[in-house]
Amino acid sequence: MTDISENVDTVEITVNGKAIAAKKGEMVIAATDRAGEHIPRFCYHPRMAPVGMCRQCLVEIDTGRGPMLQPSCMVPVAPGMVVDTESETTKRAQEGILELLLANHPLDCPVCDKGGECPLQDQAFSHGPGESRYVEEKRHYEKPIDISPLVKLDRERCILCDRCTRFADEVAGDALIHFVERGNATQVMTYPDEPFSSHFSGNTVQICPVGALTATPYRFKARPWDLEQVDSTCTSCSVGCRISVHSSRDRVLRFQGVDDDDVNWGWLCDRGRFNFESVHADVRVGDPLIRTAPDRLEPTSWSGAMAITADLISAALASAGAESVAVLGGARGTNEDAWAWASLADAIGVERRDAQLDDGLPAGILGMPRATIRDAASAATVVLVAPDLKEEMPILHLRLRHAAVEGNTRIIEFSPTGSGLTKHAWRSIRTPVGATSATVAATLADPEVAAQLASGPVVIVAGRMNLAESADQVMASVQALTAAVPTATVLPALRRGNVVGALMAGLRPKTDDADARSILAAAAQGEIEVLVLVGADPLADLPDADLAHRGLAGAKRVISLDGHLSASSTEFADVVLPAAVMAEKSGTTTNIEGRVSTVTQKVTVHGTARPDWMVAVELASALGHDLGVSSVDDITARLAGAGAVAGSIWQGSVPPGQPVSVGTSAPNGYDMRLVLSRVLYDGAVSTRSSASIAALIGPGGVSMHPLDMEQLGVVAADEVRLSTDRGSIVLGVCPDERLDRGTVWIPIGQNSEDPRLLVGGGAVTDIRIERV
Amino acid sequence: MTSYSWAPGFVAGDRPRIVTSRFEFEDSFTLERYLATGGYAGLRAAIARPAAEVHEEVRSSTLLGRGGAGFPAGVKWGLTPEGVFPRYLVVNGDESEPGTYKDRLLMERDPHQLIEGCLIACYAAGLSRCFLYIRGEMALAQERMATALNDAYAAGYIGKNILGSDFSVDIVLHWGAGAYVVGEETALIESLEGNRGMPRLKPPYFPAAIGLYGKPTIVNNVETLSNLPWIATNGAAAYTAIGTESSPGTRMVAVSGHVKRPGVYEIVNGTTTFRDLLYGEEFCQGIRDDNELKAFVPGGGSAPWFLPDQLDLPFEGRLVGAAGSMLGSGAIMVMDSTTDIPAAALTLTRFYAHESCGKCVPCREGGTWLMRILERVVEGQGTTEDLDLLLEVGGSICPGSMPHAASAELGLEATPFPYRMTTICFVGPSAYVPVHSAITLFPSEFAERVAPARVRTRIPVTAVGSAQ
Repeated sequence: MTDISENVDTVEITVNGKAIAAKKGEMVIAATDRAGEHIPRFCYHPRMAPVGMCRQCLVEIDTGRGPMLQPSCMVPVAPGMVVDTESETTKRAQEGILELLLANHPLDCPVCDKGGECPLQDQAFSHGPGESRYVEEKRHYEKPIDISPLVKLDRERCILCDRCTRFADEVAGDALIHFVERGNATQVMTYPDEPFSSHFSGNTVQICPVGALTATPYRFKARPWDLEQVDSTCTSCSVGCRISVHSSRDRVLRFQGVDDDDVNWGWLCDRGRFNFESVHADVRVGDPLIRTAPDRLEPTSWSGAMAITADLISAALASAGAESVAVLGGARGTNEDAWAWASLADAIGVERRDAQLDDGLPAGILGMPRATIRDAASAATVVLVAPDLKEEMPILHLRLRHAAVEGNTRIIEFSPTGSGLTKHAWRSIRTPVGATSATVAATLADPEVAAQLASGPVVIVAGRMNLAESADQVMASVQALTAAVPTATVLPALRRGNVVGALMAGLRPKTDDADARSILAAAAQGEIEVLVLVGADPLADLPDADLAHRGLAGAKRVISLDGHLSASSTEFADVVLPAAVMAEKSGTTTNIEGRVSTVTQKVTVHGTARPDWMVAVELASALGHDLGVSSVDDITARLAGAGAVAGSIWQGSVPPGQPVSVGTSAPNGYDMRLVLSRVLYDGAVSTRSSASIAALIGPGGVSMHPLDMEQLGVVAADEVRLSTDRGSIVLGVCPDERLDRGTVWIPIGQNSEDPRLLVGGGAVTDIRIERV
Repeated sequence: MTSYSWAPGFVAGDRPRIVTSRFEFEDSFTLERYLATGGYAGLRAAIARPAAEVHEEVRSSTLLGRGGAGFPAGVKWGLTPEGVFPRYLVVNGDESEPGTYKDRLLMERDPHQLIEGCLIACYAAGLSRCFLYIRGEMALAQERMATALNDAYAAGYIGKNILGSDFSVDIVLHWGAGAYVVGEETALIESLEGNRGMPRLKPPYFPAAIGLYGKPTIVNNVETLSNLPWIATNGAAAYTAIGTESSPGTRMVAVSGHVKRPGVYEIVNGTTTFRDLLYGEEFCQGIRDDNELKAFVPGGGSAPWFLPDQLDLPFEGRLVGAAGSMLGSGAIMVMDSTTDIPAAALTLTRFYAHESCGKCVPCREGGTWLMRILERVVEGQGTTEDLDLLLEVGGSICPGSMPHAASAELGLEATPFPYRMTTICFVGPSAYVPVHSAITLFPSEFAERVAPARVRTRIPVTAVGSAQ
């Protein structure tokens, strides 16, 4: 992965008689690209190291010793260089290469997904000889083979440009595909019986310059010329990757990464790329539903549903006051949605609100001096007090991996489990559960670490590394770090789509202890008359599943506004209002940096679904309040007035959290300490309702140190019973040497018994493990 | 005991011998014989002097690299960036060029000479570790080198504090896995690192600057290093007294094909001519069956061919280059009047097409395509168009004019070496060189093989019908 944004020294070169300013050190092809002189190419990709494989970009370059045919992707610019991209020699060479590339290419363009947007096709027309003299039989291979559940490889179409293999190795760090055989028999292949199971495999499909790699979710769904596209932002997680949404006949058919220098550099994770399928999933809610019997939700009209909702809320306000109404969620929507719901809550005096579900950090993290992704990727030191970014924020992982591997950034990682960045970390420190901040404090006392932290800018990436441990540990760690390095800035690794925007727009508790957890606890006590879930599914997301269940059961009325039917709404909602999802609505979203970017509607909403903001505005109106807006643009303008301008960082004014102090938790009678965290493919509704990636949700299980397994007398795949005072579940066990002894790790949202049943919301979760 | 393919008449002459001086001994590969014949004296002499002086000695000997490019070894050693350590010596023993088998004999017959050469090079150029990469197929060479290394270690010639000095070097033995392209130095480094053997880009990967494991690395050929003990013992002046100023010393040549006595010969560099070699009593003793010489390849399978017109050229790089070919790896392949020229070209092209690593398109696709067309021509299925196509496809590998020899019979002027190429390394062009030489120097052999161009009916591309 190459950083193409830096380096400002310029070098003057001549291209086709025109003088152009090139950046020092860049390759000729990059300079000519910027000058608008197109040189055909296949293997060159601006975000990857040049390899000089395809030889298509040969041009005549004169560095003072006469014009020589040289690959422009491999020759760095030099002062006074003269480049001719249109000479007869150049044209002859480029035609020759194209003829050779096409020699064994099957030319099955009429049935190839790439046809119409294919660099080989396009450049064969623009720079090719127009006719082939190859009359021999072409190479034959078995037509597409699965190299992973998401990607198919057609070796006949492959021109062996080394883009996918370089991406897998250099960018993703998952070198699971490579060339096998040699010469004319060279092929891209996985290791035997080992699929290309990378979180980033979809990128290889996007950068493939022919139709060799195709993604199963898109295969044969459309022809490129039938596609309409708009630029938008991915909200699968909160990194805010820029995407292009492609649709045909009013159906979203794929997402492609858009190269944004600040954020994603063109890459997407597979979850973000392929969860577009959820837009048209069966579990979408098409009409408002009301509960007519304990196990029955029946469709109704919007006017009926809204009247009921307004009645329920106004009755609660009248009988039990604003304290009895609570709003949970907002992180799945746009800034506009969050603003409208926060404004509605303000208007009716509801203070009980939280966009997080006890699975993030206190909103005060946003009040600390904030860092951008670019800051992190160019910092001297990045301190990770965060979950495994490869699983939770994959593109941030790629940027930091690049900074550590290619740049000069050193990573100090605090983690109970290790992560995808462990092998690139300068220091990777295992934090015993319950002693995270103590470990951080102890590490700060190491003179080598102190010297490293003093050597340049420091960025702290802070997120919830363990859902079975109190968030206070992370906050105390961050505070210890900022106390030690007062100039350090923080990049909050809060995970859910627009959680930062929702918190900034006002869907945050007034105090840290008035959060979702306390709201649900109040509901469980019967203190909540109406609980509004704005795209929130506490049953699936709250780490303390038992509390979620009791809270939803205890709330007198539950209103759910959601795009998909969720566990919470199916089981507990009295009214379900269908919401528009991403790609069905326009507005803005805010990523972890506070960067505001646009999301754009591409397809008609499902059924009669409405965007969240519209529901809030109407509900306010029904309750006698005028929010003063009548379109999404009105709200966007209001937000812009408050600093949320698309393309810039929304500073906002979230107060920093109070100092947190934590002790270490002494072990109780149970043997093991639990780490709960998320993996890329979890039970999130957008994953579960996207058939292609839903199949990748893992079987679940508990990971523990092999010696602990030995002590327990179990081997891999044996079942064990895990118990706490809250509950007991049975899981398969697998060895993981990265873990400290006495620590076990369970991913949540997998196809296993739900480990959240073990969590009680204490400072740590101690569990007992027995053989079954 | 294996019999060796070096010429039996080898010891007869009184020509100077530098690297083959022990070849006549049955036990030439043993440490005992080596020591009895002045072995490791060069190393002793070298480490008694400052390293810079030894380096200067080699520089002034103008010892030319024997791997093919003919670059002066002493200059090469000086190309490493200052102050970057560790730096490595990599010995290119992946001798695979068609017709070349001199390094194999040097490793089989005199492994200690190579070891001593490695040690002198490491001492002179400040290299801390030596990697000896031996071609995978050379079982006997591997065995002999391994035994020699063990013996030399045991005797204290390798390892820590060599011969009681503070000079320490380890030699690591590595066996190839059978890829011609790994003879290319950057591909060899990739292979040594455990990667797929594919050439690296130059720049930035000039091994002297960024080589093995990213460190400065000197890659030298087996024969080049085998010269060092003699130079260290006898001095540069004695070395330059042999041969000519631009090509001093001796060199090993491997002759194969239609001569009476094929084999490996150590000849005086720069003065011995091809005629001396092919017809000389002490060398090949003439063409087999006293046939006419038709053509010969002067420097390994990838060198453009020579005709009898070029027999009087001496083994001197610049003269051979000006005449349209190269000395390359010192392999001479001789074709007599019975040779089927198109078939001979196909044999070579098939080799290079098969050995393409698959990286550069012109080599990967072009080499195989050339082979296919040539197969057609050889089988008598080709047309005159195919001959043009061969040159056109070749032009996509080697754009512009191709080097070739002069021919009085055809009225051809020589086009000097080198060619230009669209690939990273020389494997791609090597597939085309024999095709080009054969067609250029023997047009009639192709003309009588092919049929006139097929009459092709071209359907004009026009709009057919219109939307109703």
